[in-house]
Parts: sequence; structure tokens; C-alpha cells
Amino acid sequence: MSGTVNSSPSLREWLLSDRPASRRQARLGRAYVIWRRFSENRLALAGLLIILGLIVVAVFAGQLAPHDPTQGDLRYARLLPPGAEGYILGTDDQGRDILSRLIYGSRLTLMVIILVAIIAAPIGLLVGTVAGYAGGWVDAVLMRITDIFLAFPKLVLALALVAALGPGIENAILAIAITSWPPYARIARAETMTFRNSDFIHAVKLMGASPIRIVTLHVMPLCTSSLVVRVTLDMAGIILIAAGLGFLGLGAQPPLPEWGAMIASGRRFILDQWWVAGMPGFAILVVSLGFNLLGDGLRDALDPKEAGQ
Amino acid sequence: MSTATPIVKGRHGRSRASRRLWSVLGFLVTVVTTFLGLLAITFFIGRVVPIDPALAIVGDRAPAHVVERVREELGLNLPLWQQFFIYLKQALTGDFGTSVLTTHPVMEDIKRVFPATVELATVGTIIGAMFGVPLGVLAAVKRGSLIDQLVRLIGLIGYSVPIFWLGLLSLVFFYAKLQWVAFPGRIDIVYEYTFTPVTGFFLIDAIMQGEWEIFWDVFRHIILPASLLGYVSLAYISRMTRSFMLNELSQEYVIAARAKGLSEARIIWFHALRNAAVPLITVIALSYASLLEGSVLTETIFSWPGLGLYITNSLQNADMNAVLGGTIIIGAVFIGINVLSDILYRLLDPRTSR
Repeated sequence: MSGTVNSSPSLREWLLSDRPASRRQARLGRAYVIWRRFSENRLALAGLLIILGLIVVAVFAGQLAPHDPTQGDLRYARLLPPGAEGYILGTDDQGRDILSRLIYGSRLTLMVIILVAIIAAPIGLLVGTVAGYAGGWVDAVLMRITDIFLAFPKLVLALALVAALGPGIENAILAIAITSWPPYARIARAETMTFRNSDFIHAVKLMGASPIRIVTLHVMPLCTSSLVVRVTLDMAGIILIAAGLGFLGLGAQPPLPEWGAMIASGRRFILDQWWVAGMPGFAILVVSLGFNLLGDGLRDALDPKEAGQ
Repeated sequence: MSTATPIVKGRHGRSRASRRLWSVLGFLVTVVTTFLGLLAITFFIGRVVPIDPALAIVGDRAPAHVVERVREELGLNLPLWQQFFIYLKQALTGDFGTSVLTTHPVMEDIKRVFPATVELATVGTIIGAMFGVPLGVLAAVKRGSLIDQLVRLIGLIGYSVPIFWLGLLSLVFFYAKLQWVAFPGRIDIVYEYTFTPVTGFFLIDAIMQGEWEIFWDVFRHIILPASLLGYVSLAYISRMTRSFMLNELSQEYVIAARAKGLSEARIIWFHALRNAAVPLITVIALSYASLLEGSVLTETIFSWPGLGLYITNSLQNADMNAVLGGTIIIGAVFIGINVLSDILYRLLDPRTSR
């Protein structure tokens, strides 16, 4: 994006024009301003790079992984240290290449965060916008329910849910999603309240739009940008909870190369073969750091008031 | 809040007491409904989510009449609202059923293990506040400097690191390689049978009994897991301290204090920090609550015999009574701390006591 912009200064002027001729120009111009603010922040760019890297690795796992992630060489390659021939990050107790497992595991990590976001964000958006727009007792009841879920410690609630649903990655995703939506509802409600009585909503109402139409077409789109920031910032926490569930044996089941479960299986060798548990934990740290940096950068770029706080 | 227009002024004075009563009542209703909601959710998890809770207890190979008897005993044949009512009554009297694993009542188990978790979380919070607050202040004062960046990095890693992984690595380093700390559990097996805890908080018990050797041993056990938890809360506390301090340092009273010729140290540590302290207390209380949660994974790593280990052990044995009992207790403490920090905030901040 920045490459094309730098090559032609006229495009830059077109983007930054005070009088955009079309809606498209205005939108692109706004995106460009946000991007410029975002790309000034080097740490945020590093975060973006990490996440893009994660996506690329997940998509091309089959091409990138040098070995099979589930079938190891039990005879010659058990617990080899990092740097051993053909195994850059070493092997685990089943003779499986840790690098290949990490590469395939990135798919699971990505799947968890995408599914949690797809389930939790719309629930939060719906609850928050309906509560904020409807007001009155609907608002009171919905927000009470939200507060009750907020009062629960996330990890403990997820643990209890998975215990009831049974272990497995699908149930872990469901449990995390159920614990994740309340903050989104709070944000969506707060946003909705700020423009519930604004002129454009009144105008749409006078034109005869139904409440459902107003909420879905006019209120929800305006709540998305702050929601995106919050979801991005939450990704790191989601990864950590998913890894924690995996570590306790409640998430992905073996032989799936889920990073948290890999740490759990390496725990027995931690004193002599530290890399079996060490490497996957490092991968989790890097990815969740990436999401934190990206989320911080996005928040600063979208909302300059908060910058530096 | 202050909508005191001249028209309603006459009524305003009279209704102040009743308005305060209403706000207290509203607050109480909030707390009670939150707690009831907590019980409703755990009831839902325990009774509705599993396809058949009776089967979950006796296993699917049990003969039909055993399953039927367990169903009767659990009251599963009653309508759901009646079941919830019974559940509510039991939970409010502290009856969470019997643990399959330990064969004791769950409440008895929790009473036994809870002090260990509280002690760990308390020491963790003390460590977190002790380092987090000064680091946050330093970062705010030297905004944009190398120290500020460093504090930010420490905080970011604290937010991003899987605590159980960090725990494992620190065990390798401080226990296996350096042998600085003791492991596993709270106390060495040598002392386990000669030492009789009174309060359940081993550090305090050891001091009260004048057993310095035991105190040192307990300290060597608690320091590593508590430091880990402390690091997690440090990340949060230092970030919030920095933000509060930046806010305070840009206020006009700071300029006035500088103009008066007060030393910079006095302005920062005495004037600004004291004003930042009110919201900070809320932050520290909230981080204390989150440490109770964080202890679930940490206790598993360090074999710390607290509530977290109790819950994870019960999970591994599908002991739902124990899991839900532990969940309710942690949830209740969570709510309690939130309420407490709310009250503290109202008491300490003169602006809210109007």
C-alpha cells in the first residue's frame, strides 16, 4: 500500500483532499490517514508483521514444514536438541520435529482466534446495540446479564464450561467465546448511546425505518471500529486462555500440535530437554505479543486522543 | 449527578438522604443479582450442559437402576425451576455437595485449601505493587525515555507471556540450576508434620510461633510462584500507574507547586502520587482478584495446594461438584473484591461523596 502511494505524489494529494468528490475517495482518504498514523509507530508495524507472518505460516504450513507434524522418527530422532541435523528446533519424545509441529500448530491458533472473534464479536455487538438503542428495561436486563458475565473470572468460567462440555478444541473455542463477549457488548452500548439521539438517526426514523433496520444498517456499522480495536487487543488474552486450556488437557487433544498442549507434553522433560516445552511457549509469547502491539497501534491510530496513555 | 437547578432546590435538600438511600439500595440490588446470576450460570453449567448429570457421576456402564437412583437423589426428575431453587438453597448454606475425589464435602475441602491461594495471591500482589507503582511513576516522569520504553516492554511481555510456561522455565533456572528456591508445595516435608498452622497462612503462622527456620523454608517455597503472579500484576499496575501519573502531572496544581519552588521529588512522590493513589487502589484490588484466577495455572505448575490446584485436579477426575464449588467461590470472591474496591473508591475520592 505504502509503495504505490510513495511512487505517485498526485495520488497522495487525491487521498488527502479536503473536498473528496466521491464517497470512495473520502473513505480511502480516511483509511490513508489512519494508515499513516499507524505506520509511524514502529512497534505496531512489528506487531502487524508478526500477525501477517502467522497467517502466511498457517496458510502454507504444508509447504513450509520440513517434517510430518504427527508422525515422528522414533528410532533415530527422539529428543534431539535444537540445531541437530534436519531439526532446527529439535525433536520431542516421539521423534517429531518441533518446528513442523509449531508450523502446523499455527493453524490451530489462528482457527481459535478467528472462530472466537466470529462468535463473540457479533453477540456483543447485537446485545450492546440493542440495549443502547432500545433503552429502558431492555437495556437494564441486557446490561445486568452482561455484568454478571463480566463478574466471572474468564479462565475459571471457561474451565468449568469445558469440564461440562467435555475436552476438545471445539468446546474450548465455544467456552472462550462465551466468556469473551461481555466487554464487546459494553463498548457497543456505549458507542450506541453517543449517537442514539443524533440527527441522522432521527432522519432515518422519520423516513419510516424500522428499529431493526436502524440498528443493523445505521448503528452497527458505526460501532465496528472501536470493536475491532478491542477484539484485536483481546486476541492475546484469547490465545493465552486457549493455551492454558490446552496445557490442562482440556483443549486440542493429542496428536494435534496445539501449542499449549505441546508445553504440557514437554513438561516431563523440562529439566533435561528444555526445548520440548520451551519452543512452543516462545511461539505463544511472540504471537500474543504481536497482537498486543498491533492492538495498541490500532487504538492509537484510530483514536489519537488516547495515544500515549 | 448535580442537577440542582433553582426550581428543585427546595426539594433538593430534603431528598439528599433518601437519594443516598436509593443509591445504596441500587448498589445492593446489583450485588445480589450478580451473585444470583453467578449461581444461575454454575447451575446451568452443572445441570443443563451435560446431557445427563447422573451418567456423568456413575459413568455410562452403570446399570439402569443405579442411574435411576442417582437421578432421584439429585432431584433430576423435578422441573428445572424447582431444581434451581433447591440448588440455590444448598449453595447459600455453603453446601456444594461431596467431592468424588476426596470424599469430603466440597466446602470443607475449599476451606482447607483456600488460605494457601490467598497467601500466594497476597504476596504476589505485594510484589506487583511494590515494583509496579515505582516503575509506572518513573515511566511517566521520564516519558519517552529509554526507561519508559523499557517499562512498556516489561509490561507488554507480562501481558503476552503464558504464565505456566514462564513458571516451568523459572523452575528449571531457579530451582534446578541455581537451587535458590524450594519446590514443590508450600513447605518442606521435614516440617510438614511438626508444624501446626493456626491461621492457615504459613508465613504468619511461622512468625507467630517464632519458628524462623520454618519461616525461611516457607519463604523459599512461596517466593517463585508469588514473583510470577507479581510479574503479571506488575504489568497491569505499572501501565495504569503511568497513565494516572501522566494525567496528574499535567494538572495545574503541579505547575503551582513547581512555581512555589518545591523539589521535583516532593511534587512527584508526595503531591501527584497521592492524587493518583485513589484510582490506583481500585487497580490493585482488581489485579488482586485476577491473581486469584491466575493462580489456577500457577498452582498447577508449582504443586501449590490451593484452590487452583484443587480445581484442576478435580477437572482431571471429572469431579463436577468440586469444580463448580471452586468456581462459585472464586466468582464470589471476585464479586466481593469488586464491591470492596467500589466502596473504597467512593470513600476515598472526595468528589464521589457529594
